[in-house]
Amino acid sequence: MTRDRGPSKFSPEVGIDLAGARKRVGTALNAGLAGVLLSILVVCVLVLAVAILHGTDATVLAKLAKWTPFLAQGFLLNVVMSLIAISAGTLGGIFLGMGQIAPFGWISWPSKVLTQIFRNAPWLVLLFYCIFLLPYQVRIAGQTFVVANWLRASIGLTIPVIANFSEIVRGAMQSIPSGQWEAARSLGYTWRQSVHQVILPQCIKRMLPPWMNLYAVLLMATPLASIVGTQEALTNLRTALQAEADGRLLLPFYAYLLSWFFIYSYPIARFSMRLEKRFAIH
Amino acid sequence: MSDPFIKLHDVYKSFHDTPVLRGVSVDIAKGEVICIIGPSGSGKSTILRCINALTPVDQGFIQVGSIQVTSKNLDMVALCHCVGMVFQQYNLFPHRTVLQNVSMAPIQVLKQNKAEVTERARALLDKVKLGHRANAYPGELSGGQQQRVAIARALCMQPQAILFDEVTAALDPEMVGEVLTVIKQIANEGMTCVVVTHEMGFAREVADRIYFTDGGLIVESGPPDEFFANPADERTRSFLSKVL
Ligand SMILES: Nc1ncnc2c1ncn2[C@@H]1O[C@H](COP(=O)(O)OP(=O)(O)O)[C@@H](O)[C@H]1O
Ligand SMILES: [Mg+2]
Repeated sequence: MTRDRGPSKFSPEVGIDLAGARKRVGTALNAGLAGVLLSILVVCVLVLAVAILHGTDATVLAKLAKWTPFLAQGFLLNVVMSLIAISAGTLGGIFLGMGQIAPFGWISWPSKVLTQIFRNAPWLVLLFYCIFLLPYQVRIAGQTFVVANWLRASIGLTIPVIANFSEIVRGAMQSIPSGQWEAARSLGYTWRQSVHQVILPQCIKRMLPPWMNLYAVLLMATPLASIVGTQEALTNLRTALQAEADGRLLLPFYAYLLSWFFIYSYPIARFSMRLEKRFAIH
Repeated sequence: MSDPFIKLHDVYKSFHDTPVLRGVSVDIAKGEVICIIGPSGSGKSTILRCINALTPVDQGFIQVGSIQVTSKNLDMVALCHCVGMVFQQYNLFPHRTVLQNVSMAPIQVLKQNKAEVTERARALLDKVKLGHRANAYPGELSGGQQQRVAIARALCMQPQAILFDEVTAALDPEMVGEVLTVIKQIANEGMTCVVVTHEMGFAREVADRIYFTDGGLIVESGPPDEFFANPADERTRSFLSKVL
């Protein structure tokens, strides 16, 4: 005997209760906070170790302190660029991802092709393209605006984010049992309504962990913008080292900057790992 | 019979060159309850899915009320307002509460007044004896309870006919009764019902007419007494001897 196809894949335990989900997100947040403390600890040990190995004297620490505001300014730009790219990239990725599974060939084919092209291109190459292809200034309503380097870099970083998130969205939507689509259709929902009311809301929980991973990867990619002259953390660090012209500073300075990235992104990674585990069980 | 309410005429359907329906014709009068029985893979679900346009037909003609299902410019909303469907796997929306599951389509698809729909949905949940679980999520309910919610969801669209596709097949035996009771009640209230089922006792009790399918054809049909007492076709006899 053959079993009915399609709907039988449906497992009833995909149900979520919001209160429970909130509690789970709460504990995951705690895990994130614990992650912050842990990462600060790790970094302190790291910096100390570098300092001791290096026979560091007080002057190195004083130099670090002196350049901290300048480095922080650069790091802020890394964070800003990452936030721009993740926001725009998420929005674009949702549409491109929906496009990939749209039942209309003239939408799904271009969406698939774009996704594959931009997902399989090196981020640096896409960044270069955007930096050099995007206009240096735009005229809006008779006024000329200069498009800053960092803004063009943000756009350059947005493109791979769109493509990667598009795949995350497609995978999540296709993991929803076909019975959900059929139930929605049998209630008169159009394809778009089905996506908005039935499919996407169920995907959010599955997309959250990979989305946070993507953000961490994106942040790590922001120093690429230094190659095109953006005044972000890595550029500023090099400027500082050049100004000091002291080889002993090299390792402590890089370790210092490394620690910032680590402190910022390790809690996010912990948080997403926790979410992933929680949602895998429930 | 007066003008049939649901009419299938010579319907053909193939999936990738595999014929699944090979000329199916059925006439169902308003208020009639018919049961479709037959071996697995004989096309029972496909017949239901063609009636509410989940599956497009290759050839043939289907009409529900005044709606031509097989016409190119089919109004899907009107059809879904007219015919509801209940699935074997319930297919409730897990991210919505029981009450929202029942009320969302009339509000979002039929654009009916939210307060009125909610009131109706609560009444229907009471009717299927689940008024006290209105704010639960489907995942918190038993299979039988979920299936009763699915029936309430179909009813909330105020359809003129409901299609039931083996709605007790996925249930533990002790829950089959509670779902069949609800269907009986709906049938007795005059709803046009097309029921695909393996519950022979139920079919005998509630059906006005029974259709037997095999290999994408309707092999024979008749009133339950006649059908079960002296089936004409050899295939029907062999099937009944296995399930009875
Ligand atoms: N979407 C589909 N794609 C391919 N084959 C299908 C599809 N739906 C049904 N079939 C095939 O059509 C045949 C009849 O299916 P179905 O109508 O579900 O039978 P029943 O409900 O009587 O068990 C089966 O052999 C099944 O494998
Ligand atoms: Mg079936």
